[in-house]
Amino acid sequence: MRPEREMLSIRGLKAGVAGREILQGLDLEVKAGEVHAIMGPNGSGKSTLAGVLAGRETYTVTAGQVTFDGEDLLALTPEKRAVRGVFLAFQYPVEIPGVGNMYFLRTAFNALRKARGEEELDAMDFLALAKERMKLVKMDPSFASRSVNEGFSGGEKKRNEILQMAVLEPRLAILDEVDSGLDIDALRIVADGVNALRAPERAMIVVTHYQRLLDYIRPDHVHVMANGRIVTSGGPELALELEKRGYGWVEKEPPPRQAAMEARP
Amino acid sequence: MTQEAALRELTEGKYKYGFVTEIEADQVPRGLSEGVVRAISEKKGEPAWMLEWRLRAYRHWLGMVEPTWSSVRYPKIDYQDIVYYSAPKPTKKLDSMDEVDPELTRAFEKLGIPLAEQKRLAGVAVDAVFDSVSVATTFKEKLAEKGIVFCSFSEAVKNHPDLVKKYLGSVVPYTDNFFATLNSAVFSDGSFAYIPKGVRCPMELSTYFRINAQDTGQFERTLIVADEGSYVSYLEGCTAPMRDTNQLHAAVVELVALPGAQIKYSTVQNWYPGDAEGRGGIYNFVTKRGKALERSKISWTQVETGSAITWKYPSCILQGDDSVGEFYSVALTNHHQQADTGTKMIHVGKRTRSTIISKGISAGHGQNTYRGLVKVLKGAQGARNYSQCDSLLIGDRCGAHTFPYIEVKNPSAQVEHEATTSKIGEDQLFYCRQRGIAEEDAVSMIVNGFARQVLKELPMEFAVEAQKLLGMSLEGSVG
Repeated sequence: MRPEREMLSIRGLKAGVAGREILQGLDLEVKAGEVHAIMGPNGSGKSTLAGVLAGRETYTVTAGQVTFDGEDLLALTPEKRAVRGVFLAFQYPVEIPGVGNMYFLRTAFNALRKARGEEELDAMDFLALAKERMKLVKMDPSFASRSVNEGFSGGEKKRNEILQMAVLEPRLAILDEVDSGLDIDALRIVADGVNALRAPERAMIVVTHYQRLLDYIRPDHVHVMANGRIVTSGGPELALELEKRGYGWVEKEPPPRQAAMEARP
Repeated sequence: MTQEAALRELTEGKYKYGFVTEIEADQVPRGLSEGVVRAISEKKGEPAWMLEWRLRAYRHWLGMVEPTWSSVRYPKIDYQDIVYYSAPKPTKKLDSMDEVDPELTRAFEKLGIPLAEQKRLAGVAVDAVFDSVSVATTFKEKLAEKGIVFCSFSEAVKNHPDLVKKYLGSVVPYTDNFFATLNSAVFSDGSFAYIPKGVRCPMELSTYFRINAQDTGQFERTLIVADEGSYVSYLEGCTAPMRDTNQLHAAVVELVALPGAQIKYSTVQNWYPGDAEGRGGIYNFVTKRGKALERSKISWTQVETGSAITWKYPSCILQGDDSVGEFYSVALTNHHQQADTGTKMIHVGKRTRSTIISKGISAGHGQNTYRGLVKVLKGAQGARNYSQCDSLLIGDRCGAHTFPYIEVKNPSAQVEHEATTSKIGEDQLFYCRQRGIAEEDAVSMIVNGFARQVLKELPMEFAVEAQKLLGMSLEGSVG
């Protein structure tokens, strides 16, 4: 049984960069336990949505509301959102030279725990936890001592994002193009990691350009974005249709969103 | 403390050592003259040769001009408006932590330094130079068992005149430069260490410097002699009260590494940097140099977070064949601080090797200059140098500058230089914050990562202190 209450509720969201509006009135409801895929052509606003939800300050929200467990998410700093359980797997994970991967992850882990009034883990206990989670993404133990993302291959960076997610155990995970630049083996490892983290109390928003990822991470709902809003929504079959017909189809004559919603079982 | 007050203190990034200790002081009159030099020497009960040396320096200084080639800018210093000697009146010695200024104890607690370390730093158990004179030196007996001499410079002049006479000015002559010559004339105290042949010094030797009195200059002099095949690791730390006038600190450090000896000299410099608008702060004009004989090694590690102006170039004269020189530096400038720092590696002997790792961090309106010279003389067959100078910028009002001078007279030498400049990106900060790490902590983490190569060269306990210091010095630099 899934809890019926909305975890994330986005209403009429408009946001952009330096006077240019990218999101133009976006609505989305996500319940705990659900996996939503957001697809769409380049420039449709997928990554902007991910950034706005995580609190990236380059974006300005001009209208609309976002609530997370009933709380106004947009009023919170990025770190407070993290404390509430919002996690963004970055499309381009950032390198931090000289800062050990495990040290970084432990600092984040304990910062979240502290902010939640929970007990912090010492280095030894944390290492045990992290090592166990590293198996999930088949990560070599040598990653622990390397600097955060420095000199990592594209695949290693993405696996590192999933490792962070596995350790930080967010309530809402937003995966921004987690498949970009991955070969098929790396894609499978990342997808397996994500699938292992699916849970009734956790929701995921999977942002992707390609249907390919959805062969591995099977979503409950698929939404298609164009020009800064969701133009159609449906089940997994919508992704397949997109694959066949391309994005031109939705951009030109979007099928009515309501119909797609009602068609859902 | 209320949460609000704690937050305010955190974001304003106040200097934690800005207290003044009310102690009666024994001072010479303001200004500099031959009479003042004589008075300093007399107060210290020095022998005639020492006074002679000071006077020669003073007379030489009269004909010198303050250097202007560095990148630092400051109003003209009135050398007649400085008190050249100030000593706490000998009332009582600090015997336990209970007698230490509670302000100081609180500052240490804030730094998270363990009690044993606090004692050391508070001057209960090391050589502490308070204003101008050495207050206490301990562990002396334990060191004496191995024949190691570690005492204040004044004591060394009295008790080990032969060693002092032989090595004083042998690396930094009294004619060396404007500030070193001034120091030679008026130096009031400092530390002296001698490690006998083949002895490995069993503990870190350390000196804690503090300027307390107003309008005083501090001119300490440190001389370390490591005899053949010996090893010593030495650390100095410095703080000063907050004052809105500038204070001059012109120290000289001389290191002598005899054949096969190793000297590791570490500095954590946290003099008062001035306030956020650039008022007050220490002018830190320091000459540090080591001479390395055959197969010896001199390693300088410095973490420079304090002072309004830092002007220092810890250097190595690699005189003996197969000698090694190292320079590891982190210099951080925030608000209106200026730093012009670097090193000189002079390759004289054959197969001499040197490494330079410099990390400059600029925030606020801070200006940070790396200035270094790698000089390979004609006879330095097979000399090698590797230099790496990295700059990190935080915000868009600060500056980083690099002036690497290279002079090579021997064709077999290999000299490498790498330099990078980067900015703490919004991307890096957002990445950390998205993972739940607060902005200030994220900056501190990124900066410490940037400086790691240098911090790992510090003795363990001081590496921890230095890390915290870097974070504290950057408080209020973002947002």
